Amino acid sequence: MFIAGGTNLVDLWKYNLLHPKLVVDINHLPEHRRITELEDGGLRLGALVSNADTAYHPLVESRYPLLSKAILAGASAQIRNMATNGGNLLQRTRCYYFYDADVPCNKRVPGSGCPAMDGYNRIHAILGASGECIAVFPSDMCVALAALEAVVNVSGKNGGRRIPFADFHRLPGDSPEIDNILQHGELITSIDLPEKGFAQNYSYLKLRDRHSYAFALVSVATALELEGDTIRDARIALGGVAHKPWRVREAEAVLVGKKADEAAFTAAAEVLLTGAVGLKYNAFKIELAKRAIVRNGMMALHPETQLPGAQPSA
Amino acid sequence: MKIQSAVGQPVSRLEGKLKVTGAAKYAAEYDVPDLLYGYVVHATITKGRITRLDTGAAKALQGVVDVITHENRPEVASADLKYIDMDAPPGLVFKPLTDPEVRYNGQPVALVLAEDFETARYASGLVEVEYETQAFETCLDHNLDNAREPGKGFSTMLKPPPPKPTGNFEQAFRDSPFKVDAEFRHGSEHHNPMELFATTTVYEGDGKLTIYDKTQGTVNNQLFVANVFGLRYEDVRVLAPFVGGAFGSGLRPQYQLYLSVMAALHLKRNVRVVLSRKQMFPFPHRPQSYQRLRFAADANGSLTAMNHRAISETSQFEDYAEVVAEWSHKLYPSPNTLFEYKLVSLDLYTPMDMRAPGGATALHAIECTMDELAYEAGIDPLEFRLRNYAETDPSTGKPFTSKALRECYMRAAEQFGWKERNPEPGSMVRGNKLVGYGMATGIWDAYQFPARTEVIITGEGKMIVNSAVTDIGTGTLTVMTQVAADELGLPIEDVTFSYGDSKKPFSMFQGGSAMTASTGVAIVVAVKALKKKLLKKAKSIAGSPFDRAGNDDVAFKYGHMFLRKQPSVSVSFAEIVAANGGKPVKTTNMGAPHVLKLRKYTKSSHSAAFVEVEVDKDLKTITVTRAVSAVAAGRIVNPKTARSQIAGSMVWGISKALHEESILDENLGKYMNANLGEYHIPVHADINELEVIFADERDDLINELGVKGVGEIGLVAMPAAIANAVFHATGRRIRELPIHFDKLL
Repeated sequence: MFIAGGTNLVDLWKYNLLHPKLVVDINHLPEHRRITELEDGGLRLGALVSNADTAYHPLVESRYPLLSKAILAGASAQIRNMATNGGNLLQRTRCYYFYDADVPCNKRVPGSGCPAMDGYNRIHAILGASGECIAVFPSDMCVALAALEAVVNVSGKNGGRRIPFADFHRLPGDSPEIDNILQHGELITSIDLPEKGFAQNYSYLKLRDRHSYAFALVSVATALELEGDTIRDARIALGGVAHKPWRVREAEAVLVGKKADEAAFTAAAEVLLTGAVGLKYNAFKIELAKRAIVRNGMMALHPETQLPGAQPSA
Repeated sequence: MKIQSAVGQPVSRLEGKLKVTGAAKYAAEYDVPDLLYGYVVHATITKGRITRLDTGAAKALQGVVDVITHENRPEVASADLKYIDMDAPPGLVFKPLTDPEVRYNGQPVALVLAEDFETARYASGLVEVEYETQAFETCLDHNLDNAREPGKGFSTMLKPPPPKPTGNFEQAFRDSPFKVDAEFRHGSEHHNPMELFATTTVYEGDGKLTIYDKTQGTVNNQLFVANVFGLRYEDVRVLAPFVGGAFGSGLRPQYQLYLSVMAALHLKRNVRVVLSRKQMFPFPHRPQSYQRLRFAADANGSLTAMNHRAISETSQFEDYAEVVAEWSHKLYPSPNTLFEYKLVSLDLYTPMDMRAPGGATALHAIECTMDELAYEAGIDPLEFRLRNYAETDPSTGKPFTSKALRECYMRAAEQFGWKERNPEPGSMVRGNKLVGYGMATGIWDAYQFPARTEVIITGEGKMIVNSAVTDIGTGTLTVMTQVAADELGLPIEDVTFSYGDSKKPFSMFQGGSAMTASTGVAIVVAVKALKKKLLKKAKSIAGSPFDRAGNDDVAFKYGHMFLRKQPSVSVSFAEIVAANGGKPVKTTNMGAPHVLKLRKYTKSSHSAAFVEVEVDKDLKTITVTRAVSAVAAGRIVNPKTARSQIAGSMVWGISKALHEESILDENLGKYMNANLGEYHIPVHADINELEVIFADERDDLINELGVKGVGEIGLVAMPAAIANAVFHATGRRIRELPIHFDKLL
């Protein structure tokens, strides 16, 4: 098991949730601790660059402000200073039941059961869940990376591979203990951002129970390419609703060629939430997500209306 | 030679630098030699019994010294009476590691002792426990039909049952033109002080112990340890010079104290036991509650009938009760009243006082109901309170020792800009936000406990004040130094307040917003006696110019005693001590409330809170954009520390209204968000403008200092003011706390 920032691994260890036999400290790999421009016009984010250094990097701020806003909506300043980009992709769910070693959890102990199904499932998934697991993936950064169609670079025993972001995380299915498609021994070395950064029209909106230092009940990353007030290209990714950042290309296609207004975003929201299932305590997320998509679409038209903490515009 | 009076000055905390530099030591930070570390193993079921317990693997680990369970527990007192502490509710105190029964989830079932903390924690995971489980109930709402009268005991004196009904409530409610019938539900909350519960027990030999403990009452815990372990009182010394918050959770001895002392005596070693944050959830807490209120008013907006029925949770072994149901009648007159309070026993640990216990629960419901009734009657909510304003205590007919609530209403309303309010819900808009204004009233009892202090004049002419009282972060050290300095006319630099030590003169636990009055009055009484003693000693000096002076003829300033009529005739304290053979002059005295005189009065502090919220028009996220609290609490000894108490309480009120909840899974019977990441309290981004106003409230009756205490009064009005503001913004009454914003969708 590798350790970088340790902001999640050490917690899990202390909570008696994981018991690594061997921990390899990878903090001394300087080649993965830098941000470099790519020849194709993209940007490579080293896996060991901290979330804070990434968010405040001038090239990220100017070319990928959506990513910057999403990172800064997560955790606390202290945690962002420690947490790395690679680690952000690998953080575990914050499901209460996963975090309590004394109760069953299919993600922690496969086959043991899922008390969240009939329990307090306010923070749980409305999309892509299975009968085994309704946990959500907690990252904000990854919601923006999904919208930006980043690529994850991985190195392993058999050489390297490039994983499109949409394929990196997986849905729980009948093996909820597996969060992503990394193989044993593989290491994330960097994340590549394509040239297109949607720096003109973007917004990240995060809805939660307090205005900072809480995980999203629903979050939305929206990126638009406009020609006048007509949408040429659109990306929408949701956080806090599924086992991975949630993107539906059909919903984005609905927007292309349309006038960028509430009606268009409302139509896209309906497509995005198709198939959503509410449980006893989280059914509100369906309506909340729809409204958030609409508001965030409008905020993307005026990125200056975004507030610290990715709160709704004033 | 003029000293500025210290009382009334915004003196910064005297211990502030120690705290912010990390020099202040807390219970788990005392370096003592040969320390053993204890780690608690807790039950993973909610109810049942242990059928097998295997400590072999844990004991086999290098560095593990012992594992104590109910099977090998050393001898302790068996009589239940020995476990009763000063704040114990009626019932049987839970005794850790006594039998195989599991009474609540997270109950301690073993203590692992090792040479270092990490080994102890690791070994705790090697203890194997098997259980036989039984059905349990942890949800109040499903068990309201099982509500019953609370048992009575010693603590019933401070928390009496509701008064008898007056008039005929049902008929009056039926016949009144305006009425409201509303139910309110609160989940439980945990105190979550920043400092973890911890005890470092130093084994001194010969049955003597020195104990660094996280507590609000050094003497309470000293007596508890001596009683349970059969030690002499004077051989047990409990120290708590710094306490990192407690909010009521330190009013009773907690089990880490018991386990630490037990292990220290058994192994004859120094032992430290620190609880983890998670272990501080199967722990005392504010109980779940259900309230139903039915209030009615006549055509003029005068209250005619008030019924408040409250049901709260307690454990299966103790009857923790609060005063909930009757608060409305201390605020508002009503000819017909019916107040009921019941308990439901659940398979959880016993609840315990948490900042403004009972009052914070009740006033949310009362003041929301008042708001709703004001709307029913078509009267402005503030005007409605003023029409029902009571100059004397409506529940007893007694006068208040002082009551500046009207001034609180007026000054806070003015400062807040209440008259700008359009009463129509949803009518005030700011961009994407619906703006709501809400207000509420607060009330709290002004308690005073008996307390003793020792005052000493040293050879340098300086004063030392000794008390067993703690300073749980409220500013007691600073405030008591100010009081003592003024009483003897010394600058505060010449006064040392020494506290947090059970060896020092008696103090009750620090709670009920009572310490400024309790310890303060004890200082007043002791300094008065000290002055007499100083005069007597001065007279014994040969050729003393004071030999004909009576107590009223002398005054004290700047380390000197002088004749009032001839101030040039003076003697320094240092000279008096020198003439006393160099022996410090000292006295120990008790201060106590003037019970007989005060029986004719009601003693209360009051407050009014005005709150503005913004609610997003689409997404319904809620922000408290500003709040003004005006507080009438008698004389304010230190406006700075007092303001901090009120502002901190206002933050707590925001937390209670919008954030804080102990998530109880009723299928598992346990709290699921047992950490500060998921147990939400406000962060900076949630807190905006907070303004504190202190009303001019002179109170010559209540005690020698005219003080009432400010620890809790700042909280009680806030949750209702916020809920009322949310209603004003949205037209929606959310009667469950915390108000989750999605309920407004």
